[in-house]
Amino acid sequence: MERQFFIDPVRCIGCKACVHACTECATHRGRSMITLEVMDRATSTQTVPMVCMHCENPTCAQVCPADAIKRSPDGVVQSSLKERCIGCSNCVNACPFGVPHYYPEIDQMLKCDQCYDRTSQGLKPMCATVCPSEALFFGTLEEFRARRRGEPVNEFRFGRQSVRTKVFMVLPDPAPLDVACVPADSMPDARFDAECYDHVALPIGGVP
Amino acid sequence: MSRPPQDPLRLLEQFGPTLHYLPPGGWRTDVEPDRRVDTHCCFCGQQCGITLEVKDNQVIGFEPRDFPFNRGMLCPKGIKRYLQGSHPNRLLHPMKRTDQGFVRVSWDQALEETAAKIQEIQARHGKDSFAMLSGVSLNNETSYLIGKFARIALQTANLDYNGRLCMTSAGAGNMRAFGIDRASNSWADLLKARVLFVIGSNVAECSPITTDYLWRARDAGAKLIVADPRLTPGARTADLYLPLKPGTDSALLMAMLHVVIRDGHLDEAFIRDHTVGFEAVRAAVASASPAWAEGITGVPAAKIELAARWYGAAETGMILHARGLEHQVKGVENVLCCANLALATGKIGREGCGHSTITGQGNGQGGREHGHKTDQLPGNRSITDPEHRAYIAQVWGIPEPELPGKGLTAQEIMNAIHAGTIKGLLSICFNPLVSLPDANFTREALARLEHYTVIDFFLSETAHHADVVLAGSLHEEDEGTSTSAEGRVIKINAAVTPPGEARLDWKILLDLAERLGRGRFFRYETSEAIFNELRLASRGGTADYSGITWERVVKEQGVFWPAPQTTERGRAATRWEDLDSAHPGTPRLFEHGHFYFPDGRARFNAVAWRSPAETVDEAYPIWLTTGRVVSQYLSGTQTRRIGALVDQYPFPRLEIHPRLAKALGIEDDQWVTVRTRRGELTLRSLVVATIRPDTVFIPYHWGGRLSANLLTQRALDPISKIPEYKVSACRVSPATPEEAVAGRQAEAEAFRTEPLPSEVALEDRRKEVQG
Repeated sequence: MERQFFIDPVRCIGCKACVHACTECATHRGRSMITLEVMDRATSTQTVPMVCMHCENPTCAQVCPADAIKRSPDGVVQSSLKERCIGCSNCVNACPFGVPHYYPEIDQMLKCDQCYDRTSQGLKPMCATVCPSEALFFGTLEEFRARRRGEPVNEFRFGRQSVRTKVFMVLPDPAPLDVACVPADSMPDARFDAECYDHVALPIGGVP
Repeated sequence: MSRPPQDPLRLLEQFGPTLHYLPPGGWRTDVEPDRRVDTHCCFCGQQCGITLEVKDNQVIGFEPRDFPFNRGMLCPKGIKRYLQGSHPNRLLHPMKRTDQGFVRVSWDQALEETAAKIQEIQARHGKDSFAMLSGVSLNNETSYLIGKFARIALQTANLDYNGRLCMTSAGAGNMRAFGIDRASNSWADLLKARVLFVIGSNVAECSPITTDYLWRARDAGAKLIVADPRLTPGARTADLYLPLKPGTDSALLMAMLHVVIRDGHLDEAFIRDHTVGFEAVRAAVASASPAWAEGITGVPAAKIELAARWYGAAETGMILHARGLEHQVKGVENVLCCANLALATGKIGREGCGHSTITGQGNGQGGREHGHKTDQLPGNRSITDPEHRAYIAQVWGIPEPELPGKGLTAQEIMNAIHAGTIKGLLSICFNPLVSLPDANFTREALARLEHYTVIDFFLSETAHHADVVLAGSLHEEDEGTSTSAEGRVIKINAAVTPPGEARLDWKILLDLAERLGRGRFFRYETSEAIFNELRLASRGGTADYSGITWERVVKEQGVFWPAPQTTERGRAATRWEDLDSAHPGTPRLFEHGHFYFPDGRARFNAVAWRSPAETVDEAYPIWLTTGRVVSQYLSGTQTRRIGALVDQYPFPRLEIHPRLAKALGIEDDQWVTVRTRRGELTLRSLVVATIRPDTVFIPYHWGGRLSANLLTQRALDPISKIPEYKVSACRVSPATPEEAVAGRQAEAEAFRTEPLPSEVALEDRRKEVQG
């Protein structure tokens, strides 16, 4: 069974090991192809590691005027081809997940290619290797279901656009995720115990 | 007088911290390493396995290593650790302080001056007037050697170590309850627990890989309870969160035991057969009701009831704690309260059951076992026990009366330096100016030293005060063993040799012993020879390493101590060559209710509630607590030089709840000044709803005007002598424009960026040294 990539935001501890590990790939030259999103630090420590979702029908490739973004036979959407990329950033603006990044110093879009150099040699992607909480997990669907909680989902609706991805997002509910309809307080553990300090009195009275 | 020889900006320019981003040679795709060295990360007690890639005697990168503990996982510190070796701030030769600043001197001169000063000061003021401070980022071999070096070469009683600021509360509690000082289980047992109770530990940031064990246990159905003043990433997802007020852990734990007893969750047979002293504990918690504890801890009584019920009723369960409850004047009492809970419910010594501290420093476990502490001899023996003294004196080949007695602990040594009774200091692997509480006091003390020699790889804030600087070795430059938080003895392999004229720490100590006329006690050709002597010295102690060999450690991917002798010949051996190595090691302690006291029984220790050393009042109404962030390690001597780690969290910020912030007129990212009875600190706010509204938090990794320890107090636990870092009373106000300017300036002077492209930095400097 093919090994798949899973993002399980609840487990993310915000340590950025994934981001740092990504910078260490020699071809990235210190750049990370993935990001750590801080949801709302004012209310929660919830963070989400964002790798490329590797869409079945990638929006980035659809909007590319130079046909510079290719999808490999095993479904991995590659960085732009250097000789084709014209640096227009259409992909950056169009990706529903906000993944591609344009680097002006090389005039090219680069993005996560699920560590093609490692996976092609039977290794796990670097980020999913180092992640201390398995918030990023690389394994078979079978292995995931046997051991872990949550529902792997790979169908996302953005308004009228529906996207199927190679990468799974682990959610409480197996239904496709309709991004426009997610109630603000239901995103995975935005803050588990929102009232936990309500009973604590302030140590000072009013404005001193 | 030991004073900084020049202005801070010049020191910054010469010695950093300089932010270093690139591997030696820069980012290149065409470089194949000469070799790959399996070793471990140096940046915390979990000691994750890692493979370092080496080219031209420099560490150029890393590869995840499938070691059983971490299975390839790493935190940011582990990922970027490889950058420290090629760092432009690396000390490459000995130095001496002059009016013109630090100047390069020969090893001969540096060692001779140090030896002469030691002898001169000791001749005038007595042996104990010269102290040594050490640290547990050192491997087991060097730790053991330092215990011997201080007692035989320096002949001083005043040796102590930075584990005093880290592990001693857990150590003293463990010894009092169980007769042995180690985590009770290998981490594999966490996966078998039905309830995990984490108190006083921000696992996600301080021991990130342990998060994986918590989640895997939860996947199998375990419940997670977290008690902490902050809603940490671990607490965020916990099944039950107890929002504890700083410094009130023992009240919470007593109330939990009260409920366990009241609801009949005691393991009566275990208490009867394997313990002593339960009735006194029963009496001590008789009135510790959840309602009473709610008033002290700020945790709703219903949540205390629920936590006690979950833990008490579960078939298996483990308690994990760390500095949150240990960094208190009640550190030992808090640990004992945890032990009481585990013993009362019989949740120890079997699968999925235990009570463990999560060791913080790299070799915080091994470094606290073999004579590094002022009150300790190898094998975790007591320096005041006549039998223990006689055995170690015999192993070391000295008459027992020549072995110094118990001296002062780390903070007490600094107090004695301040008072003028200790005149000279040799330190290694310890940055007390950043890590001890009440930094203004420490700075005054250092200025009063008649002589100070430091062994270090980077010039730390404390080393700015040194008279002589000896360039020592980094973790990846020496070979040896260390002991992880699990009690697993593991092998640290040398990836490179020390650059320039820098030397291995243990060889520096051997040379110094020679110059002090004590060389005959320190004849080692290799660090393995030191380990073999450690085996013999530890034999029969509670921390018995005698059955462990380097070869086994490598082959078995670590061996859990104790590994005592299994044969009469081994038990009677007077040479290490006669020791056997047949014992399989002990991943799980206390099986079949066997504890490490002569009668084999564990001890209950009754604890009475008492307040922290300092409590809030009208003048200082807010609780202040301190801790770590995930991207920095301890006093930052290493990690504040690694660019990517600094960028992640460049400066300390004050975490404050929005309700408290609003009442004080403070907005997010605004300059604020925090004041305590010790000092003041200006920094920017981080307004977050993830902390108790009566408490503020500051991480402690920075020095100078950014140091959280300007605010903390020198109040010590009466037994462990650990300072109360976690509980202070403070007041907070928006910074004045002048304070904000000073704050910005402090940040601007906290580090500088790399002056040279990395392609040339270290190589050029090496050539400079050779030329």
